[in-house]
Amino acid sequence: MSAPTIEAASRDGYSRADLLAAYQRMSEIRAFEDRLHTENLTGDIPGFIHLYAGEEAIAVGVCDNLRRSDYIASTHRGHGHCLAKGCGIRPMMCEIFGKEEGLCRGKGGSMHIADLSVGMLGANGIVGGGPPLIIGAALSAKTLGTDGVGVSFTGDGGSNQGTTFEAMNMAVVLQLPAIFVFENNGMGEATAAAFAVGSHDIAGRAAAFGMPAVKVDGTDYFAVRAAAKEAIDRARAGGGPSAIEATSVRFYGHFEGDAGLYRTPEQLQEFKDTMDPLKIFRKNVADQIDAAELDAIDAAAAEEVDAAVAYARAAAWPDASEVTTDVYASY
Amino acid sequence: MTAMSYRESIRAAIADAMREDDTVIVMGEDQRGGKGGINPDPTIEAFGGVMGVTKGLWTEFGDARVIDTPITESAIMGMAAGAAATGLRPVAELMFMDFFGVCYDLIWNQASKFRYMFGGKAKTPMVMRGIIGAGIGAAAQHSASPYNIFTATAGVKVVCPSNAYDARGLLLTSIRDDDPVIFCEHKALYDVKGEVPDEPYTIPLGVANYTRQGDDVTIVALANMVNVANRVADQLATEGISVEVVDPRTTSPLDEEGILESVAATGRVVIADESTARCGFGHDVAALIATNLFSELKAPIQLITPPHAPVPFSPALEREWLPSEAKVADAVRAVVGA
Repeated sequence: MSAPTIEAASRDGYSRADLLAAYQRMSEIRAFEDRLHTENLTGDIPGFIHLYAGEEAIAVGVCDNLRRSDYIASTHRGHGHCLAKGCGIRPMMCEIFGKEEGLCRGKGGSMHIADLSVGMLGANGIVGGGPPLIIGAALSAKTLGTDGVGVSFTGDGGSNQGTTFEAMNMAVVLQLPAIFVFENNGMGEATAAAFAVGSHDIAGRAAAFGMPAVKVDGTDYFAVRAAAKEAIDRARAGGGPSAIEATSVRFYGHFEGDAGLYRTPEQLQEFKDTMDPLKIFRKNVADQIDAAELDAIDAAAAEEVDAAVAYARAAAWPDASEVTTDVYASY
Repeated sequence: MTAMSYRESIRAAIADAMREDDTVIVMGEDQRGGKGGINPDPTIEAFGGVMGVTKGLWTEFGDARVIDTPITESAIMGMAAGAAATGLRPVAELMFMDFFGVCYDLIWNQASKFRYMFGGKAKTPMVMRGIIGAGIGAAAQHSASPYNIFTATAGVKVVCPSNAYDARGLLLTSIRDDDPVIFCEHKALYDVKGEVPDEPYTIPLGVANYTRQGDDVTIVALANMVNVANRVADQLATEGISVEVVDPRTTSPLDEEGILESVAATGRVVIADESTARCGFGHDVAALIATNLFSELKAPIQLITPPHAPVPFSPALEREWLPSEAKVADAVRAVVGA
């Protein structure tokens, strides 16, 4: 079984404001991740961070179809999903620096950023952790009779996990409004999907569970947005789950500090030249929007991220007494 | 009051909760049973859970709230956790608690840590029901009592009822609770009846129950070990030994005061625990007592656990594996110097 591939999607129906807003969200993610890359070199960020640069069109293309009340479940590489779903730059930055004003009061860090008030059910340090959780959010929507949906983002690595298979089967059996988005960036840590995904066909594998599944160019915002819209609309209308395999590359290592020896500098440069979702977006809208306008968005995003870093650096640490708070609602 | 079995009592608590709160749902393998089968009668509840605990719930509450699932524990537990964080109160049945190993990540890394990792912004009101206990020849993968593992897990609560009355009251409390609760049902108890009120009632988590009162020695016991301890207490009373039995009822939270008060009064303690020979619940209680009451103990703490071995199949071996009445009674005699 193999899944159809979505070719170039229509750009009809997007207003100028839509286009500028979409670019702004992608630009903010890029600025956030680029800045974290350099900031991490100072040694002031505790723990591990995994950067999303290169994959912006997937998070934004999917989440631009979602409502605040819809839920997403994310991965260890979750900053882009968080920002796309509406988490704030400043509280996220505070969280990544481990500060009290962080979105999770400094208790989660980069890998556990969550904000249920905007439908962000958590980044996740466990590969394959998101799919079984998102079917729960989808079950809530179905049981409570909202027309909400749940979307899990999972990498090519997570696509091989048993939890992911179980979740897809459950979603089909119970006809849940769940969308499984597979971000195939070609690498699970330092092991290529070409090696680790036995069938070389993540969407095809999802289709075999009994749901519509498509492959889409994850560097093209418009293609992702169209594929996600179809899946999300179907789920809202009671049509059950779907899967999307979106291909892309990540511009940084698996984690910050990864020397990236699984590809050459020349190969990486070629990716940046040919598979950069921001550059591709710019090219796609060149007939409608001046480059200078998009440059201004980039500059504003960088400025906002700069301010967030400065704020987070100066922000207070959590009080030591917080080490035992919020373990339980009551105990 | 009605004489009700442990099984009926658990079912009653789930029904109590479902009647009072539309967000309470039941999920798991065969909660109704027969889904997709060929029996032409659409009203048949083929199973009601593998032990028949949920039988009747589907008839009353229907497909939307009694959800039969494939036997895929990670998807069941993950779905329960995700649903709990987004507005439902799932009661998930995973059959034998040995199977929790299949979906341990969803308990240990997900549900239990949500609230903390998310800075207090999530609540995860879910109950995970599982069957514990050896003694019926169910062998190594259907007989374990791993409540000690979950007791060591911050973020989940652990409940181990020893009788029908406690089961209904503790389960209703657990379903109403805003934290994840692991509810351990001992398979030897399902048919044991007790007097249970007709109306819904609750028992708080973290409050021990003294099932026997005595002066000479305390037995701390949990789940079916409470019944073993009660029989030992009754038997030793005829030998002139006065035994107090403390049933903590929940291992997390743990009623430390309730345990220490009894041991401080008797000065002697036997702990009867079906979990494990190493790092078990009994060791936790022993450490609690030793660190708080060392100078008041009149004899060393006696700990009766299974051996450091999986549960064997053959009845001849399983009898040897279990903490028996004879072993517990001997331990009591030893601490009183009889």
